[in-house]
Amino acid sequence: MEFNELFPNGYQHYLVGGLLIGGGTALLFIGAGLVGGMSGVYSSVWSWFSNAPHFQQERIRGNRDWRMVYSAGLILGAFLWLISGGTAWHTGVGAWQLLLGGFVAGFGARLSNGCTSGHGICGLAALQPPSLLAVLIFLTTAIATAHLVQMVGGV
Amino acid sequence: MNARCKHPKWYGCLFVLAGGLMAGYGLSLSGMVRPEVVLSFLRFEDMGLLLVLGGASGTALLAYQLAPRLLRKPLAAPAFSVYSSAMNARTLGGAAIFGIGWGICGVCPGPAMAGLGAGDWSLLFSLFGMLAGAYVQGRYFGDAPLEGARNRI
Repeated sequence: MEFNELFPNGYQHYLVGGLLIGGGTALLFIGAGLVGGMSGVYSSVWSWFSNAPHFQQERIRGNRDWRMVYSAGLILGAFLWLISGGTAWHTGVGAWQLLLGGFVAGFGARLSNGCTSGHGICGLAALQPPSLLAVLIFLTTAIATAHLVQMVGGV
Repeated sequence: MNARCKHPKWYGCLFVLAGGLMAGYGLSLSGMVRPEVVLSFLRFEDMGLLLVLGGASGTALLAYQLAPRLLRKPLAAPAFSVYSSAMNARTLGGAAIFGIGWGICGVCPGPAMAGLGAGDWSLLFSLFGMLAGAYVQGRYFGDAPLEGARNRI
């Protein structure tokens, strides 16, 4: 297969974007000593609203402050990209697809204690075999699901 | 040792914010905030996501492996966290479920937030979905409070 067929939309922005995502993860570690993916905040935020024991345990509640700051940074960083020449994009994926997929992904990521960034970036970088296995598993189910959704007429 | 932002070392907080800024910029630049780009990878139409994942995990790998050898402690915190993921049914089964959701919508937890900053308000649907999914997980399928100490994602 030709290189251009693998990357029909170019490859530089993927590579530079990936390096920046990794750079942010590195900065979090080198500066604050913290290791964390981006899905943890979805559980941590509930520690303010729910007394369920899961949300009140140290690893969830105790990490909520920095996770909120990190999340604010993610949103602001994306906004910086937008105002520095990025082009806004409005997805054509339907609301039901976004909502249902979000629900299932949120549930699974928190059950697994990691998502694409938690297992995919942090877990692989920390050389954790369970994370490598998790990455291979979610890539497999995601590829299968995305094909199925396309077959039944989703975006 | 967690929740460092509560403690006086406010400059640790600056690193957290700066890390988020950089990652959020990268998520936008790489197109990961666009569900269509993610779905086109999952359907083998564009392999770019592999470059993103490779570039990101490669950079993080260098930091995780070298920083503790070169520095006694982080620049603005008392100690480096050690990360370990557990080899069990929750990790692997949860990953399978996560992949199904990701394959349905093309949005993962970081981009659901960053995408809002990049101007795509539709991603609020995914954000609320993820919040609800995380709630149901923790409320009805959460691990016992004393067990969870191993994982720090």
